[in-house]
Amino acid sequence: MFYREAGDFTTNYAEDNQTFPIRLDRMGYYATMIVAFCVVPFFINDYWASAVLLPFLIYAIAAIGLNILVGYCGQVSLGSGGFMAVGAYASYKLMTSFPDMSMIIVVLLSGLITAMVGAAFGLPSLRIKGFYLAVATLASQFFLVWLFNKVAWFYNYSASGQINAPERTVLGFVITGPNAAPAVTYLFCLAFAVGLAWLARNMTRSNTGRRWMAIRDMDIAAEIIGVNPLGAKLSAFAVSSFYIGVAGSLMFTVYLGAVEVGEAFGITKSFLLLFMVIIGGLGSIFGSFAGAAFMVLFPVLLKNVLVGQLGWATNIAAHFEFVIVGGLIVIFLIMEPHGLAAIWRVVKEKLRLWPFPH
Amino acid sequence: MNTMETYTTPDGRTIGGPVMEMKNITLRFGGVVAIKDISFDIREGEIRAIIGPNGAGKSSMLNVMNGFYHPQEGEVFFHGKKRGPLRPYQIAEQGVARTFQNIALFKGMSTLDNIMCGRLTHSKTRFLSHLLWKGKAEAEESANREKVEKIIDFLEIQTIRKTPVGRLPYGLQKRVELGRALAAEPSLLLLDEPMAGMNVEEKEDMSRFILDVNDEFGTTIALIEHDMGVVMDIADRVVVMDYGKKIGDGTPAEVLANQDVIDAYLGVAHD
Repeated sequence: MFYREAGDFTTNYAEDNQTFPIRLDRMGYYATMIVAFCVVPFFINDYWASAVLLPFLIYAIAAIGLNILVGYCGQVSLGSGGFMAVGAYASYKLMTSFPDMSMIIVVLLSGLITAMVGAAFGLPSLRIKGFYLAVATLASQFFLVWLFNKVAWFYNYSASGQINAPERTVLGFVITGPNAAPAVTYLFCLAFAVGLAWLARNMTRSNTGRRWMAIRDMDIAAEIIGVNPLGAKLSAFAVSSFYIGVAGSLMFTVYLGAVEVGEAFGITKSFLLLFMVIIGGLGSIFGSFAGAAFMVLFPVLLKNVLVGQLGWATNIAAHFEFVIVGGLIVIFLIMEPHGLAAIWRVVKEKLRLWPFPH
Repeated sequence: MNTMETYTTPDGRTIGGPVMEMKNITLRFGGVVAIKDISFDIREGEIRAIIGPNGAGKSSMLNVMNGFYHPQEGEVFFHGKKRGPLRPYQIAEQGVARTFQNIALFKGMSTLDNIMCGRLTHSKTRFLSHLLWKGKAEAEESANREKVEKIIDFLEIQTIRKTPVGRLPYGLQKRVELGRALAAEPSLLLLDEPMAGMNVEEKEDMSRFILDVNDEFGTTIALIEHDMGVVMDIADRVVVMDYGKKIGDGTPAEVLANQDVIDAYLGVAHD
């Protein structure tokens, strides 16, 4: 009754191709953008930025990247933690080698470096697929973490083996290090997340995305209708790694500030990202945001309820968090294998008729 | 037969020179000879059928034609030029489209997107314009959409435009697959058993579409089919294969009168 598409007519193909063809969706999108850009920065504080919003935005970028590879192009990857590490270490090397380089350029260059590394590790996908490819990408995960631990050049021979983000500014505002204001870091990450999501949407609705999806759905048929499998797969690996590299760079520079590679970008990070993509919905940009929100917000919420409301001990609550989140993931996969995006679609379809379904 | 450059069909269409020529094709899988020294040609504007009993090597022949298999011996000429060992997607770019015996649609996409995929070989825009969408990519999308909508109208599948193809019944899926092949505006269209598993009505529909494609777009068609009635009705010339060898080639009437063909289909009396 309230959510409806009646009266929304498209009169040309360009209108039919827009991201939100239904007017109400469009309004909701604009409203969200206005709140996110103009309202939230005035109310944000350190807790909200570091516990909720920054990780949500950064993981959303990484999830979009992984979704491009897994959800759109159908190539399973367990190496995303390693690629995030590439982004982080690339940023560190760039920031320390070129102190005057703008942070925006540092983040984008880190993404590009990760894209090249990702494309190189994507080469096996031309010969192997499915589980075997997953194992090959797993190897890249371990190799990259080992590399950043072993080769001292990457962490500038520091005694601790850690990397620390030096203080940098963007447009006069401190963006990295302990003196950065939460509103500034939030807006920086938000701009990247929104911009990259928009680009991802453009890629996936155009012929680039069709090539990826053709390879995903049936690679032999795709080749026979004129898709070059080499180009499609490697471009998916490169683009996906770019996103993951940007996320890794932001995570290190803006969010964490100091990183020890095995701890921050280990195999658990790869699985976390894969969970986000699967729970959010494969092949959906909205799903990437939803999955990131779920995996970031839910533990925070759970902790607040268990520790704050029920007064449990912190360590018991932390263990129960694993149990509950893990259980929910399993239930999720059984009840709705297509993820939160599919649930959202069903809700919208129901809403079209509600409350008069006949 | 038909050694001259052009000939006229009984219904008055003029058939041009060869689009694709297969010369002494031999294809082996290890010790198994799938195709043995076969030569024939497909001429511009004709409907050429390849028939034969199961395992005769018809699908292998089609796979050779669109570059999925590379024959050990023999040459393929396309538009008069000898074709090198190209990958299937390069052959698609040259203008060969095909459908499959077991439907090979992209199950995760809608009917519209599947047919839009057929336009990929005509895509002129690059990754960077896709990234920005506004401008070239959007214009190309709309132009492609217009062509695709014509095909959708032609195949009478307007109502399932935005339905995921996985949900469609078999007959419609076959039609969408034909649409995807047509969207490439091929100079040679290969159909691998377009009527397999269909009832009489669906077969009639499909026959009509094939004839209309040939008639309206002037597309050259090579098809594999088991239903002899259909083949005899719609094909201009027929190649008959058995055990990897060519046992007959000619108009439907000539082929039907061929003793080898009758033996292959009905069996030979051993006395």
